[in-house]
Amino acid sequence: MSANLAASDEILIGRIAQGDRLAMQVLFARHQVRVYRFVLRLVGNQAVAEDLISEVFLDVWRQADRFEGRSAVSTWLLAIARFKALSAMRRKPEAELDEETAGAIEDTSDDPEVAIQKKDKGEVLRKCLQSLSPEHREVIDLVYYHEKSVEEVAEIVGIPEATVKTRMFYARKKLSELLKAAGIDRGWP
Amino acid sequence: MTKSNDKLPISDLEAMLPWHAAGALDSHQAEEIEKALAADRQLARRFAMVREEMTETILLNEALGAPSARVMENLFKQIDQERKTVRSTESGTSGFGAWFAGLFSQRAFVFAASAAAIVILLQAGVITKFVLEDQGGGPFETASAPTNATRGLEIGSFALVRFAPQANMGDITRYLDSRGAVIVDGPRPGGPGGMYKVRVADRYLPRTELDQLIKDFQSGSNVVVFAAPTTE
Repeated sequence: MSANLAASDEILIGRIAQGDRLAMQVLFARHQVRVYRFVLRLVGNQAVAEDLISEVFLDVWRQADRFEGRSAVSTWLLAIARFKALSAMRRKPEAELDEETAGAIEDTSDDPEVAIQKKDKGEVLRKCLQSLSPEHREVIDLVYYHEKSVEEVAEIVGIPEATVKTRMFYARKKLSELLKAAGIDRGWP
Repeated sequence: MTKSNDKLPISDLEAMLPWHAAGALDSHQAEEIEKALAADRQLARRFAMVREEMTETILLNEALGAPSARVMENLFKQIDQERKTVRSTESGTSGFGAWFAGLFSQRAFVFAASAAAIVILLQAGVITKFVLEDQGGGPFETASAPTNATRGLEIGSFALVRFAPQANMGDITRYLDSRGAVIVDGPRPGGPGGMYKVRVADRYLPRTELDQLIKDFQSGSNVVVFAAPTTE
C-alpha cells in the first residue's frame, strides 16, 4: 500500500511539473499535516511553521520538474522543510527563538515527578521526549513518527547512515537517563 | 551537538529495533530480527521498550494538531498569481507562434487536470477493490468521511493501529472480527502500511479501561505492531 502511495506521489509530482493545480492540491492534502508537525517540532511556533510549510509546497510547485525520484516524495518534502526551518531559525534572534520554543514546549501536563506520582508512565515518557535536544528529538520523530528508514533519515538530515544509527542510540540513551531522573529506571542501556 | 562516533555499544541488530518497530526495514532484515526476538527474551524486552517510546512519540506528534486553512488559501493564492503571470507573459508575446504556444499550454493544463482526476479515481477504485476482494465486503473501509459502511461507527472508543507489513487482509479481518473491532478510517499516509483508526469498543470507555483493552489488543499478536488510544 505504501508503495502505491509513493508511486502515486511521483505521478502527482509529474503532473505538478506540467502545471497541474489539482495534482498540487492532492499532494498538499496528503502531506501537509505531517510536514507541518515536523516543522513545528523544529521551530516551536505555529505561525512560523505555517508560513514555512506554505514555502515548502510553493517550492514543490516551482521545482517539481527537478524531482528525480531517487527518494520518496515524502522524504524530499521533509528535507526541504528541514532546510527552510533551519534557515528561519538562523534568521531569528536567538533570544526570541528560545522564548518561542519554550512556549511551544510548555504544556498543561504534569511535570515528570508529578506524573510519576500518578503512575502515568506514558505522560512521563512524553515529557522526557519533549526534554530531548532538538537533534535527538528530530531523529526520534523521523523514525518513530515519520517511519523513515536509516537511508531516508540520512538524506533528510544530511548525515552518514552510520551516524543516524549512532544518533538514534544516543537519543534513546538520553531518554533513559531522563526517565531515570524522573523515577523510572528501565535498566537500559 | 551529539558526538557521532560510529561505534555503538550495542549490537547492530539491537540498534535496528527502532526501525523494526517503525516497519522501516526490508522483509529480510525484519525476518532476521523477528527470529532474534523469538530466541532472546532480553532483546524482546528491549523491543517492548522501543514500542513504548514509539507509542508516546506518535501521541506527542498527533497532539500537535494541523495547520489552519489559511496555509492552503495563501499557498494557492500565490500559485494562482504565478500562473496568471506566466499566462500574461505568454499572451504578451506577439505572433502566431506565441498564440499557438499559449493555446497548447492551456490545453496541457486541461489535460493534466483531467489526467490527475483520473489517477485519483483509479487509486480510490484500486484501494476499494483490494479491500472488498479480501474481505468480501466486510466492514474494512478506506474512509475519510463516514460512508454507508462506517456511518454509525463514530460512537465508541478508538485506537490508532498499524498492522504488521507481512499480515494480509485475511489475517487482519479475522483478528479484528475476533475482537469485535472495525476499521473506520485510513490508511493515513506517511509510512509503510499506513495507520488506521480502529473502533475497538462500541461505547465510550474510561481511559484506564481503554488502555488495558488496547494493551490486550496488541499483546500476543503478530498482526498488530502498534496501537494507541485516540480521540481524534
